[in-house]
Amino acid sequence: MAFFFAQFLTGLANAAALFLVASGLSLIFGVTRIVNFAHGSLYMLGAFIGVTLMNLLPGHFGFWGAILLTGLAVGAIGAFIEMVVLRPIYRAPELFQLVATFGVILVIQDLALMIWGAEDRLGPRAPGLRGVWRIFGEPVPKYDIILIAITPFILFALWYLINRTRLGVLVRAATQDREMVGALGVNQAWLFTGVFALGSALAGWGGALQLPKGGADLLMDFNIIGAVFVVVVIGGMGSLPGAFIASVLISVLSVFGVTYLPQSTLVLMFVVMAIVLIVRPYGLLGREEVAGEHGQVGAPEQPIRPYGPTGRALVAALLAVLAALPFVAEQFVLTLTIDMIVFALFAASLHFILGTGGLVSFGHAAFFGGGAYAAALLVFHTDTPMELAFLFAPLAAGLLALGIGWFCIRLTGVYFAMLTLAFSQLVWSLAFQWRGVTRGDDGLVNIWPADWLNSPEAYYYFTLALGVGGILFLRHVIHAPFGYALRAGRDSPRQAEATGIDVKRVQYVAFALAGAMAGLAGGIFVFSKGSVFPTELEIAASFDALIVVFLGGVKTLAGGVVGAGFMTVVEDWLTRLEYWRLLLGLLIIAVVIIAPEGIVGSLRSLWMRIRGTNDEVAK
Amino acid sequence: MLNVNDIHSYYGKAHILGGLSFEVKRGEVLALLGRNGAGKSTAMKSVMQLVRPREGSVSFQGQELVGKPAFRVAKTGIGYVPEDRRIFSDLTVLENLEVGRQPPRDGAPAWTVEQLFDIFPNLAERRTNRGKQLSGGEQQMLTIGRTLMGNPLLLLLDEPSEGIAPVIVEEMAETILKLKSEGLTVMISEQNLHFARAVADRAIIIEGGEKKFDGSFAELEAHPEIRDAYLSV
Repeated sequence: MAFFFAQFLTGLANAAALFLVASGLSLIFGVTRIVNFAHGSLYMLGAFIGVTLMNLLPGHFGFWGAILLTGLAVGAIGAFIEMVVLRPIYRAPELFQLVATFGVILVIQDLALMIWGAEDRLGPRAPGLRGVWRIFGEPVPKYDIILIAITPFILFALWYLINRTRLGVLVRAATQDREMVGALGVNQAWLFTGVFALGSALAGWGGALQLPKGGADLLMDFNIIGAVFVVVVIGGMGSLPGAFIASVLISVLSVFGVTYLPQSTLVLMFVVMAIVLIVRPYGLLGREEVAGEHGQVGAPEQPIRPYGPTGRALVAALLAVLAALPFVAEQFVLTLTIDMIVFALFAASLHFILGTGGLVSFGHAAFFGGGAYAAALLVFHTDTPMELAFLFAPLAAGLLALGIGWFCIRLTGVYFAMLTLAFSQLVWSLAFQWRGVTRGDDGLVNIWPADWLNSPEAYYYFTLALGVGGILFLRHVIHAPFGYALRAGRDSPRQAEATGIDVKRVQYVAFALAGAMAGLAGGIFVFSKGSVFPTELEIAASFDALIVVFLGGVKTLAGGVVGAGFMTVVEDWLTRLEYWRLLLGLLIIAVVIIAPEGIVGSLRSLWMRIRGTNDEVAK
Repeated sequence: MLNVNDIHSYYGKAHILGGLSFEVKRGEVLALLGRNGAGKSTAMKSVMQLVRPREGSVSFQGQELVGKPAFRVAKTGIGYVPEDRRIFSDLTVLENLEVGRQPPRDGAPAWTVEQLFDIFPNLAERRTNRGKQLSGGEQQMLTIGRTLMGNPLLLLLDEPSEGIAPVIVEEMAETILKLKSEGLTVMISEQNLHFARAVADRAIIIEGGEKKFDGSFAELEAHPEIRDAYLSV
């Protein structure tokens, strides 16, 4: 019993940092409607800045002073990010904002690497709080008790700020109607900056406060963001008490998980989330609301149509070149082209659900990696023939999408995005922690194709046939009545329902189809590499696909494919540099701000402008 | 006081205002009349810079407003009450008023919450209710009260009589006259000629984003053909 209680206290103490980060994220979302994916990065910065300051400043005052200063410093960094990156794109569709914050993640990762190096830092102990107190005979670290005592005060202070001060009133008003708040004489630009700074400061404090229990390392950003999303989804978006309850719930469960189910600590969190969402789709204390806009805000897109003769000729020419490639190119070019085709199919499947379906999925890697793992597991454990295992990749990914979609399709916008991300983290944690089956981060190796495909040329043609076939199939679906129904549901769900389309069902099927196609890409991938690792399921992998779709252009059909080609080449070139993440991050942010239509979209606008002026001249 | 000079405003590619000009004089109540879609709301939003005119100028007490953000326009002393009320439905009546609160302004009546409750006694009873719990009429009063908390010199009221009960419309007319007597300059947009005549000193009629009439109600009365052409349904 005493042990039980001590475990419970540890969970409560762990909840402190999680709650700080989650409340910051929730606060920022409430006002700006931006899901700040870089929030984990701000938490990481808090930890690193905290360590540095604690080493500089001595004693009691130094320790607590360092924590205070860390929050202020991270708040200032947040304000800078808001002014430079987000201010120009508040009116852009939410996907752009999310991609921009992902660019920020990359930039911060490399900056942290530059400044603090790759080595993990151990957090200093809090002066005067090094030992333990005995509670019912069980040792409980003194610092844990302090954290447990502090957290309710932070919750109360935030609650007071939001509910009892003028600033809080303005913030809540802006959450509902920013423009009206501006028309009443409030400079909402500064209000936004202020809220972003406060939310960032909270993340920074979270990072600094957890130092004596943990430390600072370069993986903290992605490690916490999954948990934070789970907390925010369980608690209800925008609800501070909800975030608090969910933080405690998740932290306490993790502590017990470590003791009783050490193999499933990561999975446990997502299981809890799934259960909560079945009962309450908008979280424990959340309210049903249209959270953020869908991916299709902004100028209405051009009507899509099948390619005309010029387009077909171009595609045919491209295919001819690809088909002739093995006769002229070196082997590394073939390998790079296989990567490109795999990535193009993966991106096309994401584009299908995101661009055509209007569902911004942040966990698409679950299906790519899921397909790859499905095939690899069969080969690895049962020596299944490659052909059969390969067929299993899209099948398993499609089934996985049916399962995940059952939870996610009910939600829209940001909720959908966060939930898909959380589920992909669930799949990742299975691959990572279920070592008996998946071998964890050792990965599954020696997954080679059948003999008749075991030459680079043969596998190249195999990839070309299936990859291009998959992409053309998706295009065909988009131009079929099913695609029309999907787009109708995206652009005007109510109108679509009124005309007899079962929007959710159409989206569900589309989600499964997108998952199966991503799984097909994963299947091609695993046999071309001969191995698969949990990295294929990481958040970063999902984001790669999002960035590709975004770079290519969300509102264009060829966007995914063009973006993938571009990205494969750029990455191949960039990754040779030491700080390639920094460059890629800056590139992404620049594209979001300067050319938000993406490559294909910008080219088309340019083309239209040229042709448009010619027309006018002709008149 | 307010000079709108040859403004052109667009919604996307739709040309809503095609060179609209008018003037609001200090101390008067001006009625902007016209049918649905004539451009009345766009004219008001163009003054507030919620819709940015692509051409022309809007000057208030000699200050050019075009290109300023809406909050700066509000700070020059223009209060805007939107047609669809746009109260903050999750905030209480008191909190809604708080959002509008600005420091007192020279030459403008300075409002306190209690003074507003004198004018709108219904709101006083509901001060801790949330916006969404109010009736249509109460919401209309709250949106006006909220804007008054900014102590404006000029009040823009977009269709104040729309969607509220006839009894309340009468109260609304009295309120506007009371505001005028406090020294406020008011511009209302209306489709209800009867209501406009009861409160306004002068009328402007717009149609298709252009001004078709500018004069007193007596003049308007003398030319029934104008009323028939631009106001009757």
